[in-house]
Amino acid sequence: METKLASPWVKVIEGLKAWARINSPWVIHYNSGSCNGCDIEILATLTPRYDLERLGIKIQGSPRHADVLICTGPVTRQSRERLLRIYEQMPEPKFVVAVGSCGLSGGVFHGSYNIVGSIDEVLPVSAYVPGCPPRPEAIIHGVVALLESLKQPA
Amino acid sequence: MDLEPNKKFVVPIGPQHPALKEPGHFEFAVDGEIVTGATVRLGFVHRGIEKSAESRTYVQNLYLMERVCGICSHVHGTAFTIGVEHLAGVTVPPRANAIRVLVAELERIHSHMLWLGVAAHEGGFDTLFMYSWRDREKVMDILEEISGNRVHYSANVIGGVKFDISEEQRGKILSSLDFLEERTRHYLKVVNEDETFLGRTVGVGIMTREQAESLGAVGPTARASGVERDIRVDAPYAGYEQFPVRMITDTRGDLHARFVVRIEELFEAYRVIREILDHMPEGELTARVPRRIPAGETISRVEAPRGELLYYIKSNGTDMPERVKVRTPSLCNWGSITSVAVGHKLADMPMLLVGIDPCFSCNDRTITIKSAGVDLGWTWEDLRQHGIEAYR
Ligand code: SF4
Repeated sequence: METKLASPWVKVIEGLKAWARINSPWVIHYNSGSCNGCDIEILATLTPRYDLERLGIKIQGSPRHADVLICTGPVTRQSRERLLRIYEQMPEPKFVVAVGSCGLSGGVFHGSYNIVGSIDEVLPVSAYVPGCPPRPEAIIHGVVALLESLKQPA
Repeated sequence: MDLEPNKKFVVPIGPQHPALKEPGHFEFAVDGEIVTGATVRLGFVHRGIEKSAESRTYVQNLYLMERVCGICSHVHGTAFTIGVEHLAGVTVPPRANAIRVLVAELERIHSHMLWLGVAAHEGGFDTLFMYSWRDREKVMDILEEISGNRVHYSANVIGGVKFDISEEQRGKILSSLDFLEERTRHYLKVVNEDETFLGRTVGVGIMTREQAESLGAVGPTARASGVERDIRVDAPYAGYEQFPVRMITDTRGDLHARFVVRIEELFEAYRVIREILDHMPEGELTARVPRRIPAGETISRVEAPRGELLYYIKSNGTDMPERVKVRTPSLCNWGSITSVAVGHKLADMPMLLVGIDPCFSCNDRTITIKSAGVDLGWTWEDLRQHGIEAYR
């Protein structure tokens, strides 16, 4: 049974949810066919020099806990189904950040027989981070830009 | 609940899992805590690079090959260029060779430190992970300083290298090396003295010399089992003739030996880099290479941070190769996991896995085995169709 709340309450609760989401998004990372370069830069964002966790962003392992999917690399035919499955397991609302030229367009692998294409051909992407690979600062900037965009009331 | 006594319980891991950053799928059959069998399924990042290389020019291919793997992109570029230069009959100027070795050793430092951190992380030792990655940023700074990029430095061009090392950069590299050397000494101490760490590594995952040889292990994984195999020593390429390295081996063959061998290799890398910076040959950076490469075939071998990397290139006289075959070290080392894993606790699996410094992006490929008389050459269309069918 669904309880209906009076509209001012709904507004407050929604505001609270958005506030919590923006201040501590949990991130999951999936490599759908990348060369590794982007992945090590994502890992580097966790380490002391960049320290993503100081912004409240946490990378963790389960899609069921994640708000943001950071995805690297072109989508290969084998990993396409996995990528979709991970995305489906994430609770709503969910966002995808595509990292690296490969994720944006297929990059150097564009046109290869085993590549489905860029990430946005498979999933809806909210933020794009270009570069081969993007610097850790750029990846942080991409995630923060996504969070900023959530502050605007939809 | 199924209480059938003989039924195997299989623990699947992956392809998306928090331990490794790349997709691979493992299945461990367990009896209680103990692993009784292990299988690996690879192939999630197969992108079709070898086939793509056939429709790109040599210059384009250089950039494609660097992107086989993001961690060891320089050695892929080097192996490819050495092969093409050999086909074209070009001699690379000595200064370019020295810079190739310099970047290769910097890359080894970054790769080994990255590995040290990840391996410590798998052992639940996150402090060491954070420390080694913090210090690794120093190498990344050097690489960025000399090449302009942190990961794909693209030092090679066919016929030489792209950038020079200036006096100012030399000073910066030397001072960073001093810092790194001191830190590495600290790591060696931690790895050798920390009780919990020793408890997780000494005597775990022992691979004997015979096993290593029969499984075809390469690189530090093999050297930790006492196999003397290092392309930099056995068949020096680029500048390794002029700047020789000492081969580091260990005879114990357990996880601890793999840690020690890699850390000792760091010291060797620091020494070689200093040597190069002190005796940098003068001269040009590139030699002229024709756009069309004469017909022929060649094999080039280099020592990647993970072991022997082999390239086979066949040219048909045009500006595109007819065939490029890559054999990467990680694939050779996978076999060691599935046999060494048996008899260990499931909890040791993550550390055993990273013990070989696995890398997935470079070992996912398709192979067809040629039977006598039947031409199994695959065209682009065949492959695409096969891909679509196989993963429908
Ligand atoms: S964008 Fe560059 S670094 Fe990232 S996965 Fe693609 S080739 Fe590798």
